[in-house]
Amino acid sequence: MHTEATQACWQLMDEIHDPEIPVLSLNDLGIVRAIEVKSPPTDAGIIEVTITATYSGCPAMDWIANTIKMELKAMGYQSITVNHSISPAWTTDWMSEQGKEKLKAYGIAPPEKRFAIPADGIPCPQCKSEHTRLLSEFGSTSCKALLQCQDCGEPFDYFKCH
Amino acid sequence: MQQALLDYTLYLADSALILGQRNSAWCGHGPILEQDIAITNITLDLIGQSRSLYQYAAQLKGGDATEDSLAYLRNEREYKNCLLAERPNGDWGQTILRQFLFSCFQRELYIQLAKEKDSTLAAIATKSLKEVNYHCRWSGEWILRLGDGTTESHTRLVAALENLWPYTGELFKGVEYELALGIDPSALYTPWYSAVQSTFEEATLSLAPVASCFMQLGGKTGIHTEELGYILADLQYMQRAYPGCDW
Repeated sequence: MHTEATQACWQLMDEIHDPEIPVLSLNDLGIVRAIEVKSPPTDAGIIEVTITATYSGCPAMDWIANTIKMELKAMGYQSITVNHSISPAWTTDWMSEQGKEKLKAYGIAPPEKRFAIPADGIPCPQCKSEHTRLLSEFGSTSCKALLQCQDCGEPFDYFKCH
Repeated sequence: MQQALLDYTLYLADSALILGQRNSAWCGHGPILEQDIAITNITLDLIGQSRSLYQYAAQLKGGDATEDSLAYLRNEREYKNCLLAERPNGDWGQTILRQFLFSCFQRELYIQLAKEKDSTLAAIATKSLKEVNYHCRWSGEWILRLGDGTTESHTRLVAALENLWPYTGELFKGVEYELALGIDPSALYTPWYSAVQSTFEEATLSLAPVASCFMQLGGKTGIHTEELGYILADLQYMQRAYPGCDW
């Protein structure tokens, strides 16, 4: 149903970025769960988008929902519904590989299965050293932990497995 | 049945919100920056969980109820949070112990709720459980650090235990709406107690002094300590003074 219009909307989600980790798009984060174009913009323009929060208290969700609405409106949609789903619960498994690479380049260590629980030794995104120390399981946002590299001295965030 | 489900959902939501509100007072006052960030992140999780629960409660209640009207426009007697959540922050030891006792309880509760036939509560529990596991680990590590730390930190934690333990009893005592839903919180006691005890042992703390202490009841049915009124005055002031205000 409306394959092209739906495709265009998925592409739009590559353009909208997380306000707290601006290097990641909504698709990189994997928080857009469904897009249903009920009628394309050339017709009545009715669309339903379903998103899910990373953490229950993520303060970015309202901003993200509003931005999706504004961007879809700019594409010509008249009736836009953004649903919030809680099940299945978001997991870092939904983060794209491309997203993980972007995080690393941005200076945030991406989630790694072998560090399901944040610990010393998570590779430093700056100098790649594994001689690192966990400072706190909680970082600048809910989804991150705080570490410091013992070699280059740089403190850095680790995007926690969730 | 619908009323019981609504009351139960409000009990869960109120407990998360009130503890979140309490913890939020640490924002900018934590002992060091990393721990200030940690406790406020936990706060954010708790308030986020309460939002999901209030949204569900508003749906159950129907009419013009919203998550905001439930949080901002109910009085003390309508609040069903457990008494533990409303206890004052005290020193860092009191705050940590309150969080640890509550998070360990929430973990057992959400494990059970995740299997519930009510799919919304099960979904909220499944999502929240991931967060609660962090809270348990973080507060548990602090129990070790304080209990097995200096004489001063150990003494303070013992004082916190005597202070807070009397408020843990009601978590495991079923009230009318729980019984109506076939929920028996006393089943959570054994796994909760053994988790608490094993961390305490490691922290060189003993639960013996509180073994037969008198348990306070009432929060879950709206009978609170005087603390809740002050919390709600802070929490609700803006909506009470400027109804419907928004930004």
